[in-house]
Amino acid sequence: MGRIAPLGPAADPVGNTGYAYRATPAMSVRHSLLALLAEEPRHGYGLKAQFERSTAGTWPLNVGQVYTTLARLERDGLAEPTDPDGDASGARQSWRITDLGREALGRWFEEPVALDPPARDELAIKVLLAIAADAESVGPILVRQRAAALERMAELTRHKAKADPMRELPWVLVLDALLLKLEAEVRWLDLVAARLAARGQR
Amino acid sequence: MSAPILRMEAVERHYESAGQRIRVLGPVDLELARGEFVAIMGPSGAGKSTLLGLAGALDRPDGGAVFLDGQKLWGLRGDELAALRRRKVGYVFQDLNLVEGLTALENTRLPLELDGLARRKADPVALAALERVGLGELAHRFPEELSGGERQRVAIARAFVGPRELLLADEPTGALDSLAGETVMRHLRTACDGGKSALLVTHDARHAAWADRVLHLVDGRFAHDNASVGGR
Ligand SMILES: Nc1ncnc2c1ncn2[C@@H]1O[C@H](COP(=O)(O)OP(=O)(O)OP(=O)(O)O)[C@@H](O)[C@H]1O
Ligand SMILES: [Mg+2]
Repeated sequence: MGRIAPLGPAADPVGNTGYAYRATPAMSVRHSLLALLAEEPRHGYGLKAQFERSTAGTWPLNVGQVYTTLARLERDGLAEPTDPDGDASGARQSWRITDLGREALGRWFEEPVALDPPARDELAIKVLLAIAADAESVGPILVRQRAAALERMAELTRHKAKADPMRELPWVLVLDALLLKLEAEVRWLDLVAARLAARGQR
Repeated sequence: MSAPILRMEAVERHYESAGQRIRVLGPVDLELARGEFVAIMGPSGAGKSTLLGLAGALDRPDGGAVFLDGQKLWGLRGDELAALRRRKVGYVFQDLNLVEGLTALENTRLPLELDGLARRKADPVALAALERVGLGELAHRFPEELSGGERQRVAIARAFVGPRELLLADEPTGALDSLAGETVMRHLRTACDGGKSALLVTHDARHAAWADRVLHLVDGRFAHDNASVGGR
């Protein structure tokens, strides 16, 4: 389960105990902020709050990060302050998307996210190495990992049971995604066990 | 303290095959408290359906004992056993067993009628059960006019209808998509939070995750390291 990290009771706009995908550098704060500006002009703080609401608190931003990103968007001509005479770095300044920004955003949504499974998955490596050393020794590793995955799934499911899929849609969608990833892990572990058993029977 | 709704003690089941006696289950111990929801996972042929049949008094163990609501099964007269089964247990089988000549509503109403409830009283109860699984609109269709997943949901509604305290479900969500499957699990969870008990056989870890405990059956035995996911 190494790919999922609890964030702990961090600042959480939806009032949930947050679980997060560990934010990968490839994930684009830039495009996310552009997407929010495409709806309407917003202030730095408004962007931060709306981003966290839309992503169900899985990815807290600090406001400094928001202002740095806005500065880069302005530099690249993708966003601009609504009041050109105001203080661009000030909290009262609001920002809007430019035509160039809309084009960039359109390309981002059109392009499928690269779905490369992690090349070096710690669990897979651990299991493969254990099999290479001694196939008999793998059983307990599979059992423990399976139990841990199921336990985590039960925990996430308890959150889901409490959530209202209508009012808290982003949070429920995040839980769905995490649960499906864990389920894939459990299925893989079962498949490893089944293949080893089939080999042992020959 | 009332007796657990289900207790299985050193239960075994053997089959004769080609002159050989093969143990397909056990010895297994299992206790299901009132309000508890337990999921059973495990590879095909592990004995999950066999276990469920024994738990629900549909099949007789050839070793050990099964207690339903404190009553020892198989010591009872045939009609007493049948009555106990009907009053206490709702089943969803792996192969559904809807009655083909009856509509979804009539199928769902069947256990209530067997309980002696008049149709006039049974109908709204059965309809509500169908509505909970999202099939209110299709209540008057016959099984052959329903999709596989819809038939599965009728079977679930029928198992849940009325006062049955123990729900036994064998792969009830196999033909359902993710959302319909989740609806059924929410329904099971709510039923158990309200005091019913459920034993669910599933290959789907996402469904097992709704349970209080997940037991792993392998070659007729519970894996010694059963994952307890309790905490409710
Ligand atoms: N009537 C029977 N006669 C002989 N063997 C049987 C009989 N019924 C079941 N078995 C055997 O008992 C074992 C357990 O069967 P069971 O149906 O309980 O498995 P299961 O865990 O439910 O599998 P699945 O996931 O495929 O439904 C299997 O090996 C099966 O072949
Ligand atoms: Mg079965």
